[in-house]
Amino acid sequence: MGEGIGARVLRKEDQRFITGKGRYTDDISERDMTHGVFVRSPHAHARIRSIDASEAKNVPGFVGIVTGQDLIDGAIGNIICGWMIYSKDGSAMKAAPWKVMDPEIVRHVGQPVAFVVAETRAAAVDAAEAVTVDYEELPALTNFHHALDPGAVEVHPEAPGNLICDWQLGDEAATDDAFAKAAHVVELDLEQNRLVPNAIEPRAAIASYNVAEEHYTLNTTSQNPHVARLCLSAFYNVAPEHKLRVIAPDVGGGFGSKIYIYPEEITCLFAARVLERPVKWVADRSESFLTDAHGRDHKTKAKLALDADLKFTGLKVETIANIGAYMSLFSSATPTYLYATLLSGQYTTPNIYCNVKLVYSHTTPVDAYRGAGRPEATFVVERIVEAAARKLGVDPIELRRKNFIREFPYQTPVLMAYDPTDFDALVEKGLAHADHAGFPARRAEAERRGKLRGMGFSCYIEACGLAPSKAVGQLGGGVGQWESAEVRVNPVGTIEILTGSHSHGQGHETTFAQVVADRLGVPVGNVAIVHGDTDKIQFGMGSYGSRSGPVGMGAIARALDKVEAKAKVIAGHLMEADPSDIVIENGELKVAGTDRKLGWHEMTLAAYTAHNLPDGIEPGLTEKAFYDPANFTFPAGCFVCEVEIDPDTGITRVVRFVAVDDFGVIVNPNVVEGQVHGGLAQGIGQALYEGAYYDDAGQLLTGSYMDYCLPRADDLPSFSLDHVETPNPNNPLGVKGCGEAGAIGAPAAVINAVTDALRTEAMTMPATPEKVWRAVQAMRAPIAAE
Amino acid sequence: MSEVKLTVNGRAVTRDVEDRTLLVTLLREHLGLTGTHVGCDTSQCGACTVHIDGHAVKSCTVLAAQVDGSEVVTIEGLADGASLHPMQEAFRTHHGLQCGFCTPGMIMMGIDIVQRHSSLDEETIRKELEGNICRCTGYHNIVKAIKAAADDMAVGTPSMAAE
Repeated sequence: MGEGIGARVLRKEDQRFITGKGRYTDDISERDMTHGVFVRSPHAHARIRSIDASEAKNVPGFVGIVTGQDLIDGAIGNIICGWMIYSKDGSAMKAAPWKVMDPEIVRHVGQPVAFVVAETRAAAVDAAEAVTVDYEELPALTNFHHALDPGAVEVHPEAPGNLICDWQLGDEAATDDAFAKAAHVVELDLEQNRLVPNAIEPRAAIASYNVAEEHYTLNTTSQNPHVARLCLSAFYNVAPEHKLRVIAPDVGGGFGSKIYIYPEEITCLFAARVLERPVKWVADRSESFLTDAHGRDHKTKAKLALDADLKFTGLKVETIANIGAYMSLFSSATPTYLYATLLSGQYTTPNIYCNVKLVYSHTTPVDAYRGAGRPEATFVVERIVEAAARKLGVDPIELRRKNFIREFPYQTPVLMAYDPTDFDALVEKGLAHADHAGFPARRAEAERRGKLRGMGFSCYIEACGLAPSKAVGQLGGGVGQWESAEVRVNPVGTIEILTGSHSHGQGHETTFAQVVADRLGVPVGNVAIVHGDTDKIQFGMGSYGSRSGPVGMGAIARALDKVEAKAKVIAGHLMEADPSDIVIENGELKVAGTDRKLGWHEMTLAAYTAHNLPDGIEPGLTEKAFYDPANFTFPAGCFVCEVEIDPDTGITRVVRFVAVDDFGVIVNPNVVEGQVHGGLAQGIGQALYEGAYYDDAGQLLTGSYMDYCLPRADDLPSFSLDHVETPNPNNPLGVKGCGEAGAIGAPAAVINAVTDALRTEAMTMPATPEKVWRAVQAMRAPIAAE
Repeated sequence: MSEVKLTVNGRAVTRDVEDRTLLVTLLREHLGLTGTHVGCDTSQCGACTVHIDGHAVKSCTVLAAQVDGSEVVTIEGLADGASLHPMQEAFRTHHGLQCGFCTPGMIMMGIDIVQRHSSLDEETIRKELEGNICRCTGYHNIVKAIKAAADDMAVGTPSMAAE
C-alpha cells in the first residue's frame, strides 16, 4: 500500500497549520489597503427613508461610502437563486429580486444598508457608527409556521401569501391508496431546528482593482472560487471572467456557508474599483450569525403505512420549509430535490409522496448546510420507523431488517437509483460495536442509579457526489456538476495536480496526492496539489455535497489515465516494447516479464527533451480531464446512539456513539474518520444543543457563542467507528464521499435514543435540558397521580 | 496612544498603539504574527489563545497596553527551529486538525492544560477544553493528541525550550 490508496498518510498541509503559517484571507494584506465595515439593519422589516453619512465623513481616516443606490447606478446585478423549481400546478417558483444592498427596504436583521471604508478597521467601525439611517419600521413575519396563515405579513409582493413554491414529488394517488389499504398507520409531527453553520473562520474578502489592466482580484473565503467568479461575472456584472481573479486561500471551514456569493464580497469589489484602493472586509462573529446562510428549518407532518406483515407500503410527507428573506443560491434545491429524493431511506417502500411548501420569512436566508436536505430526510424516515416499531411493539432493528433493500441497483419511487451497499452488514457491525445485547443490563444499572438510559438507531442512506450534469440540468440546476483536473508532470518527474475541488479542511493536499502515488508509484512528497485560484485552475465546481472524493478525485483518476497511457507509449518506445506490455510499479516503468525498466524520472525527462519520441507523439506530459459522474453516489450507514439522562436536571449525555459507514473505497482512513467525527459532532449538536431562534420582532436571540450552543469538547463523547466497504461501481476509484454522513445520520439516532429513554415521541430538537426535564415530569405525572 | 514594550517569542518589541488596541490586534496587525486567529467577538472560541508569562490567555480579552512588560508566546514561537513542540507533533500525528483555524489556540491551550495537571484523563481534557471551539474535528482527535502530548511531555522531552 505504501502511500497509496488506503494508507494512513499524515497530512501534508498540517505543517503550516500547526506552526501558525497558514494563510487565511484575513492574514493577507495588500499595499495601501483600506478596511470596510457594513452598516446593517437593526430591523427585520423596514423602509429606508434616508441614509445620512455626513458625520461619518468627518471621522478621521474616512475614505468612502457605498450605498445600495451606488450599486444600482453601477449596474451591479441582483443575487441569483441557481436552481429553478416548479409548483405542482406547473408554475415557476416565485423568486423575488435580491438586491445586493436594497436602497429602499430591509427584510431581515443584519441586511447590509451601506458600506463604509476607512484607513483602519477601527476607523471604519467609528465611521459606520456615525452613519444615520432613518427607518420606517414595518410589521415582520419571523415565525415561518405562520407564513401561510391568511392575512400574514407578506415578505415580497412577488410571492403572494409568502408561498414561493408548492412543490411535489412522487405519486400521491398511489400513496393515498396504500394508506387506504394499510393494516397500520403511524403519524408523526417533526421539526428541523434552524442551525447556523459556524465555520470558525468568519467570512472575509479582500478586493483590489488594477486600473491599468482594468482587472480585479478577490481573495475570499470560498468553497468554490470558480463558481464565485462565474456569478460575479455573469450575474452580478462586476467584471467579465477574464478580468477577474478569485482566490480562495486557506479557508477555515465552510460546511456549506461559504458556497454562496454574498452581498459583502460583491460590494467589496465595487468599492475597490470606485476607490481605486484594495478593500478588506472581515466579518465579526455577530455578522456571521446574522448573514451566513442558515440551515434546515422545516416543519413536517409524516405518516407511514404498513401492511399486516409490517412491510412499509406508503410514506406521505408534508413539509413547510423556511427560505428566509431571500432565495439563496441552492435554497430551492435543498428542501426539494436534495430532500424528498432520499425519503425511501434504506427501505423498499413502494409508494412515496412528498409535498414541500417553500416560504419566505423576515429572517436570514436559509440554504444548504452540511448534509443539505439529507439530514432532514433521514430524520423523517428514521424517526417514523423507530416510532412505528415502538407503537407496534416490534424491535426497531427487526422492523428495519424486514424492509431493507437487498437487490441493487434499486430504483426508488423518488427518482434515485441506488448503487450496491449492504444494509444488513452495516447493522450487524453497528449492533456489535454498540454492545446491543448488553444494553438491557446497562439500562437496569442506570435505573438503579436513578438515571434514564435510551438507545436509538439511524440507518441512513444519502446521495452525494453531485452529480450527473444532465440529470441536474433536467431537475432545474443552473450549472453542470462535473469536476476538472489537470496533471502536470514535470521534466524531473515531480507532479502538480490542478484541481477544481477546494479544500477548507478536508485534506486534499494529502489524499489527492495519494491517488497519484497509488497510480504512478511516485512519493506523496513529490506531488503538489494546486487549488483555489481561478488564474491557476481553468475551471472547477468546488467542494460541497461530499463531492471532492467521488467527483474531484474521479477527475484526477481520468487525467491520470491519459498520463499513464502516454507514459507507456514513451516508455515502450524507449525500451523497444509494445506500450501494452509496460507496467508502472514503484516509480518505475517495466516491460512485463523482462528485467527491462526505466525510472519514472527518466521517462519524464525523455518526454521533455523530445530527442527520442515516437512519431506523432507531442513533447511534454500534461493531461487534463473533465469528469462528469454517471450517477450520484450513495454512502450509507448504521448509527447507534446510547444516552443517559439525569431526570433531575434534564441533562442528556451521549455515553456511546457508534457509526458504521459504507463509503466505498477509503483513500485515507485518518481523513475519513476525521470527517465522520466532525459530522457526528454537528449532528449531535443539532439534536441536543444548537438552535437559532428569532423573537417576534425578528431579532436573532442566538446571535453569539454566548447564546447559540456550539458543542464544546465536554458535550461530546469519543466516537466508535467502523466501515463496510462496497466499492462504488460507477466511480473510477470506487469512492462514495464521506463529508456529510455524520451530520446526516446522527440527529435521528440521538433523538431516537432520547425518546427511547423518555418513552415518548414528543421531543423536538435541540433536546435541551429544559425540554427533557419537562418530558420527565410529564412521564412521571401519571405515576404520581396513582 | 500608549507605548507598549513586551517580549514576543523571545524578541523584545516596542510599539505605539491606540489605547483600545487588543493584544490580538497587536500580534496580528502590528507584528505580523497571523498564526493567532480571531474566530469570535465574545471571547468564547479560543482561536486567539496565546501564552502570557506562561499562562494561556485569550488575546482578544486583553488590551495590548495591559501586557506591557510581559512575555508573550504565540504559535509561531513554539517550535525550536525545525523541531516541533510535542503538542504540535501530537496534533499532526493524531490528525487533531482539519481546517487549521482553531488549531493554534488549541495547541496553546493544550500545552497550558498539560502544564497544570500532573495526570490527565479524557474527562479532564474535555472539561479543560471548554473555552476552545472546533467545528471540524468533533474534538475526538484533539483530545487524543493532547493526551499523547501529555505523555510525551511527561517523559521529559526538552519541549519547553521555547517558553
